[in-house]
Amino acid sequence: MKTPEQLKYTETHEWVSSEADGTLAVGITDHAQEVLGDMVFLELPQIGKRYAQGEACAVIESVKAASDINMPVAGVVVAVNDDLAKAPEQVNADAYAAWMFKIKPDNAGDLDSLMDAAAYAGHAAN
Amino acid sequence: MLKTTPLNAAHRVLGARMVDFGGWDMPVNYGSQIEEHHAVRRDAGMFDVSHMLAIDVRGPGARDFLRRSLANNVDRLRTPGRALYSCMLNRAGGVIDDLIAYFFAEEFFRLVVNAGRAEDDLAWLESMKERQGAAPELLPRRDLAMIAVQGPRARERVWQALPGTRVPTEALQSFHCAQIGELTLARTGYTGEDGYEIMLPGPRAEALWQQLFGCGVKPCGLGARDTLRLEAGMNLWGQDMDEQVSPLDAGLAWTVDLASGRDFVGKAALLAHPQRLRLLGLVLTEPGGVLRSHQKLATAHGVGEVTSGTFSPTLQRSIALARVPMEVETGALAQVSVRGKQLEAKLVQPPFVRKGKILVN
Repeated sequence: MKTPEQLKYTETHEWVSSEADGTLAVGITDHAQEVLGDMVFLELPQIGKRYAQGEACAVIESVKAASDINMPVAGVVVAVNDDLAKAPEQVNADAYAAWMFKIKPDNAGDLDSLMDAAAYAGHAAN
Repeated sequence: MLKTTPLNAAHRVLGARMVDFGGWDMPVNYGSQIEEHHAVRRDAGMFDVSHMLAIDVRGPGARDFLRRSLANNVDRLRTPGRALYSCMLNRAGGVIDDLIAYFFAEEFFRLVVNAGRAEDDLAWLESMKERQGAAPELLPRRDLAMIAVQGPRARERVWQALPGTRVPTEALQSFHCAQIGELTLARTGYTGEDGYEIMLPGPRAEALWQQLFGCGVKPCGLGARDTLRLEAGMNLWGQDMDEQVSPLDAGLAWTVDLASGRDFVGKAALLAHPQRLRLLGLVLTEPGGVLRSHQKLATAHGVGEVTSGTFSPTLQRSIALARVPMEVETGALAQVSVRGKQLEAKLVQPPFVRKGKILVN
């Protein structure tokens, strides 16, 4: 299980990357893709839509099951990865390269409420 | 404490993702379930199915006992080595389990039953024996392991891995088996591909697994087993039928012998309650999700329900089995409720795939 140091993590297995332009890129962790198995479908959120922290905003389906992807912090969706929706198996190939959507957080400080790599590694192991 | 098969250590060495499957610690995949699926459709894959239970039925009255206990007619088994797929029904006509019955000799049959049903099946068969005053012995063969080798190249790989098995099995037809020393090789499977299901003493299983691996047979987990069987249009107990469902409503009328004069448990109930529903295939015709069991579908003749659904690696679309009103015909369209959205699916006659070929469009 890979947990890159520079990312932040949620309890529901999303990773969050701080981009240079102040937006946050969101995907699901290597642990999550391993548990879910081969990905076959990805439903992305609408650009411009605002979600509360923890709110379900996207869906990924593996051969095995459907899973919600939750908003890591409150904010507005500013970009979605349509290429990934056409090839969801890329999530299995490299979960941390497979960003799903980008958000503009309502409050940049909310990122501090998320787990760092060490905390997430402990969380995922349980 | 989970139960383990003789291949448990071998799965772990291969890096399998293990899951609790009805109390058994079993591999769901060894990396990519979809790659394993394709290996079986295109070449050869192997599955540890040692969690399934073989029950030997031995002694005088074995045939009569099974004539009465199974919905399919064991009188169709006359040549040693013949096998038959059958349901075992309760008195209300519900399906206790589905199984394969092998005929070795007049006083020696073997039933291979689902892992999750094994204890219930044994208890039921014992109670049937008492009620019939029948004499055969029921011997659960926990000492046996089972490896299913499936795919267009499965048989040649088995011959390579097990020298001496080619001559006695080359002419073996589908649903026939051969006993070679301690091994039983049956030309049966749960994937829609050619191949063998091999029963052998547990302590010999790991050596055979390694030999097959060395011959290029890809280890496959329960995940691929499910997508393969669904593409092949084969039912799974607990999803496509159970104790509350008649085999007639579960697409299994072809396995139920109502024509002969033979009486069997559940027959009276089936005669009193004719078929009400039919089991058809569904192919999702638009993107938007994956068909899953329990989803409701709206047809021109009323509501149906998905019993098994998945993403088909061969069709590259979602497929399902669904129980629908009798009037629904293949070629019709239905609206399936997938996570709150209505998606269009086409009704088709299963199987979806057999011997590597797509059979629906």
